[in-house]
Amino acid sequence: MPFLWNFPLFTILLSLFSGVLCMLLPWRAAKWFTVTLECLLIGLASSVLWYTASTGTAFTYPMGEFPAPWGNEIRAGSLEALMALGFLAVLLCSVLGGWTFLRTDVDESKLHLYFGLVNLLTAALMALVWTNDVFTGYVFLEIMTLASCGLLIARENGRSALAAMRYMIMNLLGSGLFLLGVVLLYNLTGHLLMVPMRESIASMIAENGERPLTFALTILTIGLGLKSGLFPFYFWMPDTYGSATPTSASILSSLVSKSYIFLLFKIYCRAIGPEVLSLLPLPRILLVLGVLGMVFGSVAAIRSGSLNRVVAYSSAAQIGYIYMGIGLGGPMGYAAAMFQILSHTVTKSLLFLTTPQLASVSGDSLLLENLQGSGRRAKAAGLFFTLGALSMVGIPFLAGFPAKLFFASAAAEGTMTEMWIVLPALAVSTVLNAVYYIGAVIRIYTAGPGGAGLRAREIYASEHGVQPVLPPKPDASRHYFRLSAAVLTVCNLVLGLAPWAILRLLEQGLSTFS
Amino acid sequence: MRKDFDAWLDGETELLDRLPEAAERPDLSLDELSRVRQEEAVRIGALPRTRALAEKHRKRFRLGYRLAAVGCCLALMFVFLYMTAHISSYGQENPRATEVSDRYVRDGLEETGATNIVAGMILDYRAFDTLGESHVLLTALLCVIVLLSIDEKNMRSPYGDYSQIRLERYFPTEQDSILHKVGLVLSPCIMLYGFYVLLGGHLGPGGGFSGGVVLGTGLILLSASMGDGVTDRFLSRRRYHAVIFCALGFYSFAKGYVFFTGANGLENHIPKGTPGAILSAGLILPLNIAVGLVVALTMFGFYNLFYRGGNGEDYHD
Repeated sequence: MPFLWNFPLFTILLSLFSGVLCMLLPWRAAKWFTVTLECLLIGLASSVLWYTASTGTAFTYPMGEFPAPWGNEIRAGSLEALMALGFLAVLLCSVLGGWTFLRTDVDESKLHLYFGLVNLLTAALMALVWTNDVFTGYVFLEIMTLASCGLLIARENGRSALAAMRYMIMNLLGSGLFLLGVVLLYNLTGHLLMVPMRESIASMIAENGERPLTFALTILTIGLGLKSGLFPFYFWMPDTYGSATPTSASILSSLVSKSYIFLLFKIYCRAIGPEVLSLLPLPRILLVLGVLGMVFGSVAAIRSGSLNRVVAYSSAAQIGYIYMGIGLGGPMGYAAAMFQILSHTVTKSLLFLTTPQLASVSGDSLLLENLQGSGRRAKAAGLFFTLGALSMVGIPFLAGFPAKLFFASAAAEGTMTEMWIVLPALAVSTVLNAVYYIGAVIRIYTAGPGGAGLRAREIYASEHGVQPVLPPKPDASRHYFRLSAAVLTVCNLVLGLAPWAILRLLEQGLSTFS
Repeated sequence: MRKDFDAWLDGETELLDRLPEAAERPDLSLDELSRVRQEEAVRIGALPRTRALAEKHRKRFRLGYRLAAVGCCLALMFVFLYMTAHISSYGQENPRATEVSDRYVRDGLEETGATNIVAGMILDYRAFDTLGESHVLLTALLCVIVLLSIDEKNMRSPYGDYSQIRLERYFPTEQDSILHKVGLVLSPCIMLYGFYVLLGGHLGPGGGFSGGVVLGTGLILLSASMGDGVTDRFLSRRRYHAVIFCALGFYSFAKGYVFFTGANGLENHIPKGTPGAILSAGLILPLNIAVGLVVALTMFGFYNLFYRGGNGEDYHD
């Protein structure tokens, strides 16, 4: 066995251990330790990607001496490695890019705990990507849920506590439903590992028909849909993402929800199998819900008046795309969904890191009317926001365009009904995306006083006679933001300029996946 | 006014922060204060204008909410009844469905060395899940520390310095003589029993999670009946963190070693011992101790955080 096969295990164990270690470190050490660890993990994930892509194979790795149906197992192929690499890169950029605000939003005595939670979340992210076992998925899903609540609540103001409470209730409900789904699947099949479960399901369907499986899988899907913001469960998103510190908002919107979707996809493909799945009504329902999410998420974004709510509601629309791809099925539909995961991950984190920068030069207000002209006042942030927004709309050469193109070609390969649902939905959704994103870009570049309306800090200060919290002085952290935003933009351009290379990689990963 | 409310919806201001607080209006009685707050909330748009309107909104919401709740419960009940009817009765399953549990029951003792097969299952066959599960506790602990542990930010506000008044609110439970006497007798017994459950986890019912809960209960009773000073003396904040770090670090390291050697086909040099002896079952006993310590300290930490916003010296300084 090549030594490289151990790397996925190392990524999980190292980040779990670092989560515990950060509890003891002072915050500066914890920060640099976390950054170093992320770099190391990126190295490990890229070597796994290099290995699996160059050999064109995937490998399973037993966790301990007991082989597959008895012991735990993890698995790595091109698809998993690409996801892990993308997630880790975005995580690193989020931590560095939001540092300016993290420093003021989180109390100094708790910063090291924040990094501990980030590391635990990394471990959960890696485990959900690599796992080959449905129950391991549940365990690390719990870590993911709790850690993201911690990241959300770390800001310690009334609003973020309220948002965290709502997020936690929704997420625990989702975890509970997911667990029930896993229990029912285990009852039906007697297995928790994905491959034996799939074999058992094939023989069970021949005996009993597919209805018990449909019920179990529906409960599991509702659970993960709740957690990832599938239509109609997206209403918790704007408060959650809007009230968190930018690093948390970026991690929660671009990584946490995607990891749930990836787990669901993994269960569909590896534990159920595309052939059995196509017998069930679930893919068609997901397709319709995805399309509805694309339209209603965008409508909600158009109706909201502040930039972070626009960006948050657009997440609901973009997640609708992913579910639509999974619902379409077929190699092209799955590849398009996976491409959309990557493209949305790099773009959404860029947007969530830029909006507070624009607000900080507009009287700390995120209302669109107050942001007028902020792109001129903060030039770098304005440029990055524009690039991200254009990518979301689907302008060629940026990551959003090939994603939409792949969805269209997947729909064209499908049945006539699918094509007639998906193509108009893509067109409508693109126009709606353009309405609010191009509108926002025009707004931030229109000359105007900006921030002249409501200024939260000043109102607070004048009413209570207290010294307002001043925005931090420009220091080295400004460069952190520029560096990480530049890295995210480069990722975006790579996805947009070389989509066929990425698509080939995804197709190679998918061919060994199911 | 409407604009204020919209701005609040968009996360601009904390609308309820603008209501008068008791510290600002010492001249008002509590009833008067709540009336003033109500009026102010209506004025800035945080509450509907009239009581009747508010009642109407609430009623409509409650009705819809209850109908939805009943609908969801009925749907879930139907699904579970249907599934129960489809689960094949015990002993008649197809061989494929029971191959996992069959091997656990048949070969568990021989392969893991634990007479308690459940312990062998969770700490040896499926140890990776349990490794994650013990870190779930740590994650929950970190979240509660972030939320409740006292700091500059959640103790000082424009309305006053809560770090001063929390000393007055604190109810000294150790002055309750019944609790004091009963705790003196019971807490050592509970802790002893906790250690028994913890150490015998590989031999019979028990293990790290259940033993840790009992041990944690004993610690909480000790602290409540004898005063925080007693537990602070041997469990300072630093030591508390260090014990959790050592326990979980040991867990990750030991299991990492087993995963690595197992997957690479190397000899793992951990003796299984004689089944039934106290020092047997390979790593299961030390892992049970590690998990038990983490569970006990997490429970004790929760108690301290909810009760006084921290533990150890950070409370006293």
